[in-house]
Amino acid sequence: MCDTCGCGIPDQPSPSATENNDVVKVMKGLLAENDRLAQHNRDHLNEHNVLAINLMSSPGSGKTALLESTIIKLKDRYRIAVIEGDLETENDAQRIRAHGIEAVQINTGSACHLDANMIHNALHKLDLNTVDLLFIENVGNLVCPASYDLGHHLNVVLLSVVEGDDKPAKYPVMFRAADLTLITKTDLLAVIDDFDSEHVRNAMQKLGRDIPIMALSAKTGNGMDKWLALLEEKLT
Amino acid sequence: MHELSICLALLDQVHAIAIQHNSKSVCRISVINGPLSGVETVLLEQAYTIACQGTVADEAQLEIESETLRVRCTICGLESDVVANNLTCQHCGDWHTEIIQGDRLLLAQVELEPNEN
Repeated sequence: MCDTCGCGIPDQPSPSATENNDVVKVMKGLLAENDRLAQHNRDHLNEHNVLAINLMSSPGSGKTALLESTIIKLKDRYRIAVIEGDLETENDAQRIRAHGIEAVQINTGSACHLDANMIHNALHKLDLNTVDLLFIENVGNLVCPASYDLGHHLNVVLLSVVEGDDKPAKYPVMFRAADLTLITKTDLLAVIDDFDSEHVRNAMQKLGRDIPIMALSAKTGNGMDKWLALLEEKLT
Repeated sequence: MHELSICLALLDQVHAIAIQHNSKSVCRISVINGPLSGVETVLLEQAYTIACQGTVADEAQLEIESETLRVRCTICGLESDVVANNLTCQHCGDWHTEIIQGDRLLLAQVELEPNEN
C-alpha cells in the first residue's frame, strides 16, 4: 500500500504489468453514477419542498403498518405520497391506496434493493407539486439497500422486537446508515422476554452512531407521538 | 445480492475510461474494498466473472484489495484497527470515533492495452 496517503494503490507496478500498458488512476466510488442520480433526485425533491424518507428493514418488521398508522394521523395536514418497493405484488401499494394516498409501485423482480434510477422513474409518475411528504418503502432486506443513496433526506431503519436486539451488531452497514432507528411492534413485548432496547442502544454506540432510537407500536399507537413529532419538525 | 449490479456499475466506468483512452482492451482492474462498504469481496469476484462477459474487460484481471477498518477517537485522538460491529477506541474504550479507512468501495486504477493504430 502507498505509505504516503494510505490510498491502497501499490507503490510499485504489479509484476505482470507490462511497460507498454497505460495505467489510469481513478479512485472513484463504484456507485458514483448512482450517487449522481441520487443527488439529481434530491435536487428535484428540494425544488418542490418535498421531504423524502427512506424506510429500510428486514421483511415483516412493520414498514407498511407504520406507514398506514402515520398516514391516518397526518393525511389531513400534509399531502403524502408513497413509493413502494417490492420484489413482487402490489399488496403494500394497495394497502396505502386504501387510505386515499397515491402510491407508486416498483416491482424489482429479483433485485434486492431500490436504486436512484428506479426512484427517478417513480418520481416522474408523481406530481411533486401536490406532495409535502414522500415515503419510500424499500425492499425488505437488511443488507443491500444500505449501499444505495436514493436522493432521500432521512434514512429510517425499523427493527421489530421479534427480530432480536442484536440486529445492529449483525448488520452494521445498515444500522450505520440509519439517521433514526425505530423499534417496532412493541405491543409484542408482552410475550417476548429477551428483547432489551438498551442492548440496541449499546450496539448502535459500538457502531459509533449517536442517533435517536424510538420505540413504538403502530398497532396500539403507543410511542407514535414522538415519531409524528419528529416528522412534523422536519416538515416545518 | 447486489454485487452483480455493483459490477455492472464498475464495468460502465471501466468502459468509459477505455473509450476515453482509445483502448480496445483492459488488462487489469484494481478495486479497493473496506469491511464497511456493504459489499463482499468474494461475491464481487464471482459476480465479475459473469458481468465482464462480452465487455471491453472480458480478458481483464480483477484485483480487489481489502482495506482494514481504522478509526480515530474524537476523545483521546488515537487511531485503532477495529472490526465492523465494534468501532470503539481500542486505547481508551470510548465509542466516539470517526472512520478514517475501511468504508469505501473504489475503482483505484485501470490498466489498458494501448491502441496499436
